[in-house]
Amino acid sequence: MKREPAKFKVNGGIHPAYNKQLTAEKAIIEMPVPSLLRVSMLQHLGAPAKVEVAKGDTVSRGQLIGEHGGFISVRVHAPTSGTVKAIAEAPTATGGSAIAVDIEPDGEDRWVEDITPHPDWESLEGKKLISLVSDAGIAGMGGAGFPTHVKLSPPPGKVIDTLIINGAECEPYLTADHRLMVERAEDIWNGIRIIRKILGCATVRVAIEDNKPDAIAAMEAVMAEDTGDSAVVILKTEYPQGAEKQQIFAALGKEVPSGGLPMDVGALVENVGTTLAIFEAVVKGLPLTERVTTVTGFPVKAPGNILARLGTSYADLLAFCEGLQGKAAKVVSGGPMMGFAQHSLDATTTKTTSGLLFLRPDQVRTFSSMPCISCGRCVQACPMYLMPAELSQMIEAEDIEAAEELNVLDCIECGCCAFECPAHRPLVQHMKQAKAGIMAKRREEKAKQKS
Amino acid sequence: MILYTTLAIGGIGLICGSALALAARFLAVHEDPRVEELTAILPGVNCGGCGYAGCGDYAKAVVLDGIEITLCAPGGAETLANMAAFMGVEAESGEKQVAIVLCGGDSDQAPRQFQYNGVADCTAAHAVGGGDKKCRYGCLGYSSCARACPVGAIEITEKNLAVVHPELCISCGKCVRTCPRHLIKMVPESRHAHVMCSSKDKGPIVKKACKVGCIGCRICTKQVEDDAITMDGFLAIVNYDKPIESATVAPKCPGKCIVDTDPPPAPVEEEKVEAEV
Amino acid sequence: MVEEQKAETPEPVLNVVSTSPHAHSGASVQRIMLDVVIALMPALAAAVWFFGWDALRLTLSCVIACVAIEALCRKAMGRDLGIGDLSAVVTGILLAFNLPPALPTWMAVVGCVFAVAIAKQLFGGIGYNPFNPALIGRVALLISFPVAMTKWSEWTIPSPIGIDALSTATPLGLAKTNVMSAGTLPYHFDGGTMLQLLMGDQNGCIGEVSALALFIGGAYMLWRKVISWHTPGCYLGTVAAFSCILWIVNPEKNLPPHFHLLAGGLMLGAIFMATDMVTSPVTRKGMMVFGVGCGVLTMVIRRWGGYPEGVSFAILLMNSITPLINRATAPRVFGHQRKNKEKAS
Repeated sequence: MKREPAKFKVNGGIHPAYNKQLTAEKAIIEMPVPSLLRVSMLQHLGAPAKVEVAKGDTVSRGQLIGEHGGFISVRVHAPTSGTVKAIAEAPTATGGSAIAVDIEPDGEDRWVEDITPHPDWESLEGKKLISLVSDAGIAGMGGAGFPTHVKLSPPPGKVIDTLIINGAECEPYLTADHRLMVERAEDIWNGIRIIRKILGCATVRVAIEDNKPDAIAAMEAVMAEDTGDSAVVILKTEYPQGAEKQQIFAALGKEVPSGGLPMDVGALVENVGTTLAIFEAVVKGLPLTERVTTVTGFPVKAPGNILARLGTSYADLLAFCEGLQGKAAKVVSGGPMMGFAQHSLDATTTKTTSGLLFLRPDQVRTFSSMPCISCGRCVQACPMYLMPAELSQMIEAEDIEAAEELNVLDCIECGCCAFECPAHRPLVQHMKQAKAGIMAKRREEKAKQKS
Repeated sequence: MILYTTLAIGGIGLICGSALALAARFLAVHEDPRVEELTAILPGVNCGGCGYAGCGDYAKAVVLDGIEITLCAPGGAETLANMAAFMGVEAESGEKQVAIVLCGGDSDQAPRQFQYNGVADCTAAHAVGGGDKKCRYGCLGYSSCARACPVGAIEITEKNLAVVHPELCISCGKCVRTCPRHLIKMVPESRHAHVMCSSKDKGPIVKKACKVGCIGCRICTKQVEDDAITMDGFLAIVNYDKPIESATVAPKCPGKCIVDTDPPPAPVEEEKVEAEV
Repeated sequence: MVEEQKAETPEPVLNVVSTSPHAHSGASVQRIMLDVVIALMPALAAAVWFFGWDALRLTLSCVIACVAIEALCRKAMGRDLGIGDLSAVVTGILLAFNLPPALPTWMAVVGCVFAVAIAKQLFGGIGYNPFNPALIGRVALLISFPVAMTKWSEWTIPSPIGIDALSTATPLGLAKTNVMSAGTLPYHFDGGTMLQLLMGDQNGCIGEVSALALFIGGAYMLWRKVISWHTPGCYLGTVAAFSCILWIVNPEKNLPPHFHLLAGGLMLGAIFMATDMVTSPVTRKGMMVFGVGCGVLTMVIRRWGGYPEGVSFAILLMNSITPLINRATAPRVFGHQRKNKEKAS
């Protein structure tokens, strides 16, 4: 048997209403190319990509339009063939803004010519494979968008012996990764084998929550032939077990030290979507130009898992899902626990857009700054074992130093505390505020030291 | 009975008193007396504008580490002169600088694009969806600057706009560093013509977002001499080291964003400022 | 095509933008307080059964007084009224439950002033009070009106020589005076006495007499997850263990553990007062420390103190060190070593 139950459980965590039934059974459908694609140069964590095309240029699908803008950066490719209409700053789904390239599709959707598939990848060296991943412009598709090629090149001296494939998808509503595992298990497994070859690590664990039995079965079936140390780890469904540190603990029982990286305990976590992108990039030679986004929520008429080109506007995505029935009071890019609320449907999909969620007015609860009644529910819910109540009171009193002392920087902003808070305090926003404040202070100090 | 009680309490007092006297005599920390004297010269508002924890800390830095004496903005020319005389150095004083919020888009002029729900703090609001004001450069009005001001010189008007009362401003510059949108500038007190807009967007975008924004028409730059107003992209910038006739420029602005603050706005009543803070 | 569909669908109303999370458990302060009120209902029914009109009079007057005083205080301070969270109602019922049945209404109202105006609103209102308001109210009354606060009604007590007697003291008070004067306990215990105490046929404050009714309320709060077992479990367990030891050492002078558990205000204190969220620790470990501390202090006061009952004082004393308990029992942050290990390495 290629499956094992998770031996460890992170304390804390919550059990929100998952509502995955809206889209869990819906097969992935490809959306036709919309009338305009706005491709952001900042779809990842790190420096934005440098625009490589000019207004009026004709581009083909897969053509490089954004080159690495630094060491931690990711390439951007044209998602379809067409003409560059404009290059301008545009708001991103996360509330910031970045340069974006507007492409008007010509309807031909023709690929660039110099695509080289590597069906014989097993004979390639690790370095060559990493360069293929880097060329394809792959960023972590779970949500954070960390450049994958950087993640796959650990600094010398660091040994990664265990690869964890994150199929937990613990965010409520989202089912994109779930559907990928059910429908494309074979390709994901090949992607896993490529990563295994790059890292030279023997152990592979595919972590899936027990609310996705079909995904567990599918992954187990494709892994049956493997002679190495690989298994599906079945996690008890609980949010936030898809968070990197929590997942490593649940699967391996190892605690990533504060401020450290998974590689400090010899582990590396990749999302299933990223793994599939690696397969496409290496075996088929295709750069990352599309991703599966779960368009969901009770007000959506035909929710589904949509394979859409990067740069598709949220309005087009919603229209493809036949629009809304009734009112939506809140639109979230991503899942309900960590996603970003939108004030318009103008933003476009990126490599990290795992979902587009619409919430009914009665599902929207507003935050208020009622006093904390010290019920301790946040303390019990925090998967990082912090004391959110105390931290938030300190931050409200603008005592950032005290919050730093109590490890506010360890907060992963999962939202468990605010989910449980009966006083509806904006706890996550307080944490974000303090973290931003501390980082700004540290930058200032660094600048002072330099001068 | 009364006698014993009196004696006991008197005795305790005597012992404690002598202990304190001895402690003051033998455990005293010897400080450079100049530090204390210089602290007395400083205004004593402890605003932190100089970059030190308070007036005492700054005085210590001046006396012991030889830090320059020009850092105390609230003190103005008088304090500077006193400090220069005390330290035996010469220092020139500039004109008093006051803070001004370069945005005139109150809730009547600049609409909000969504209902922001969260912590009432500009930095926090700015990070959520880029801020709820349609203009992505304008004043959010969640009073971060007003809270930072040590003397309560910033009022958040009923129409959600931060306004500095120059007559109360002590030029510490705390608000300048606090504003997440960098709308606050220090300007010479005698200047009365200001471009009350910080939007670098193109004219059509500004027009949609605000009724009193700078649309980048360049008319004002032609009204003045010697580049006293220059363009930074689509935004007019006043160069405060060059003279302008405020009365002539302000009426000519089609965007109504150049204002003449002479005479200055009426001072607010004390109570009102406190209520806002 | 896209344009056409847009026109058909209703325009989304995207008016609320906030930081994540965008989901909530649905819990609210008001709902928690309502659950506490519901949990107090069996005890109120028992109080009305045993003390009749007086129980209802005290409870109603305390609730009305507390809500009114809270509203007045908030208004005077220029804040929102804040009575919608029902916390004043809870304080009112709990204070009433800690009063003897014959107490004049005006004295109860004085207690409410102490509880809400002084112990709660002066500190900043809900969430900021370091001490349990209802207990402050009770203790203030106990010190101000000692006679009225210890004037009990009559109840039938079992006697060792087989003739039942009437008493105007509480079981604990009777035990205390008898041990002090005669050096022995006044009565022996059989199943019937225990049942009497469990049901509530005894002297005491109106809400504390029926251990069974309080227990039902506690079970409801546990089911609703308003409280966890840690505080009451450790409190009752400590009292049981402590009294058990005393009883084994000297059964002549010390009451048996089941009597200690069922008599006096222990059940009310352990289930409803020590679990007050605002004034008790937030960590599980802290709750256990708090419970054990309350238990030890209660027993020390009952056995060696001047008062026959020590629940109120025990909880108030433990309230005062709640911040320290919180700090001392703060969980080890994920990915951090324990402090002492860090120092060692």
